[in-house]
Amino acid sequence: MADITESRIAAQSTAHPAKRIKWEAVGDHAILIAGALLMLVPVYMIFASSSWNDITLHREGLQFGFSDDMANNYNAALFEYGGFTDSVNGVTMLANSLILGIGFAIGKIIVGMMAAYAIVYFRLRFATLAFWMIFTTLLLPLEVRILPSYEVITWMNLGNTYTGLIVPLIASATATFFFRQFFMSVPEELIEAARIDGAGPVKFFIDILVPLSQTMIAAMFIIMFVFGWNQYLWPTLITTDESLFTLVRGIRQIMQAYSDGSTTPEYGEAAALAIIAMTPPVLVVVFFQSWFVKGLTESDK
Amino acid sequence: MKRAAFGQIGFPILLLIPQLVIIAIFFYWPAGYAIQSSFYLQDPFGFGSTYVGVDNYTRLTTSRTYLSSFWFTVIFTTLVTFFSLAIALLLAVKADKVIRGAKTYRTLLMWVYAIAPPVAGLMGVMLFDQSRGNITQLLSTFGYDYRLGVNYWDTAAAMITVSIWKQIPVNFIFFLSGLQAIPRSVREAAMIDNASGTSRFWDITFPLLAPTGFFLLIINITYALFDTFGIVDTIVKGEPGNNPMTLVYRVFVDGFRGGDLGGSSAQSVVLMVLVLILTVVQFRFLERRIHYT
Repeated sequence: MADITESRIAAQSTAHPAKRIKWEAVGDHAILIAGALLMLVPVYMIFASSSWNDITLHREGLQFGFSDDMANNYNAALFEYGGFTDSVNGVTMLANSLILGIGFAIGKIIVGMMAAYAIVYFRLRFATLAFWMIFTTLLLPLEVRILPSYEVITWMNLGNTYTGLIVPLIASATATFFFRQFFMSVPEELIEAARIDGAGPVKFFIDILVPLSQTMIAAMFIIMFVFGWNQYLWPTLITTDESLFTLVRGIRQIMQAYSDGSTTPEYGEAAALAIIAMTPPVLVVVFFQSWFVKGLTESDK
Repeated sequence: MKRAAFGQIGFPILLLIPQLVIIAIFFYWPAGYAIQSSFYLQDPFGFGSTYVGVDNYTRLTTSRTYLSSFWFTVIFTTLVTFFSLAIALLLAVKADKVIRGAKTYRTLLMWVYAIAPPVAGLMGVMLFDQSRGNITQLLSTFGYDYRLGVNYWDTAAAMITVSIWKQIPVNFIFFLSGLQAIPRSVREAAMIDNASGTSRFWDITFPLLAPTGFFLLIINITYALFDTFGIVDTIVKGEPGNNPMTLVYRVFVDGFRGGDLGGSSAQSVVLMVLVLILTVVQFRFLERRIHYT
């Protein structure tokens, strides 16, 4: 019904097409701005609140304006030692988050590229079997097998180590699958030419395939870095030693201080820590946006 | 495999070893262990375990707390999936349409992807806090007494809102790239044939977006089932009590807090079966999609 009237009006108003189109565009922009605000405002409020003292935040909730406790809060979040053993501060957690994010991304890319190369470029009898074995891991996220994975790690004595933190997360084949798809799309002529020139598999891989995959590697790195940085459940289980805490894992500590209820929770510091925890991945996603979108839309399919 | 492949045997096996070893130790072993321990009852003091058959599973079907988590997860997943998809689709259609500022909108609508679920959960706790949360205060001016962590559905509402918020960017990115993949010629033909924007959307754009939508549906269900763990955990502040719980959160609570390895493993296996069903559905559909295009 509305459509019919709308098209009638459209037919009548051909004399002023510019005006009608303009109003529609205003509506579109209004919806988009509302969406952008929905995304921005909560984070802005946390950011603004990270400049207030705990007592104001405790009484009045998150703030819209800025106050003068910003340096204080960030200083406390970054350099003040906290936790039960006083062995962890923001800088340590930041370093651990970086190790987890970068270590996970690099590990996953190397392991995945090697396996994908073997599957795509070699005449192996069990290549299909290997592919399916690797591919099955896409089906079950770590959360599903979390308890037995934890048992395996403790049994191997890898609790509270970077190895125990990073390697089990690599046991899913997203990167392998992604590089397999890409290698399949590389023209056959390349390998034929390389073989005629007498290039062996190692030379072909390092001199031709890796340079060719640069964009893919960058895209994968961004996705995997953000994924690794944002891990929560696994680090929560595997690291009980506070010097191994990541920033995201540190959020759990804050929450526990919250429910404590004995003293005024350090809201300002919590807000500052939340901002510190989200800044690196957000910057990576915003600055390398086109790679990120490419990596995301092409890896999940 | 490529036609002109290399013939070596040793080298590719060497290349495959790291990946195969990692998945053997950290995937197949734990998954097998979960299936095995779901048929055993662990001694609470850690002295061995007894084979109990399917007892752990039947225990689940009669457990009131498990069933309530199950139904909560169904409601939670449905709402999160529906709203995050609907909002993202609306925004993507508009972002695809506007000419001015398209890139800025894209950035502004997708960056939240990078925020970790527990960080989003922390923000949710601050906004919905029982006494001083800004949204709580807003609701109280309308006369609603919102009580996070006390009222079951109030807590659920916070979990659902934060989970939707966190998932909009992913859906937006996929919908937008799906929209941009629709050929210009199709759009122009539709413009000529059809004057109304609304019917053009439902008749042309929406069906062409259906594959993206279906793929996203699976992604979103998986998200709501598993990736929201951090949100749920921060919103209940690590103290579940009588608060709503998703199935994954219960696996964690029963296994680590309750020390019930058998029951927790049985829950894991139930989730595994659920994911397997989802994946099979997805693959059948993807196969069909290949024939389409």
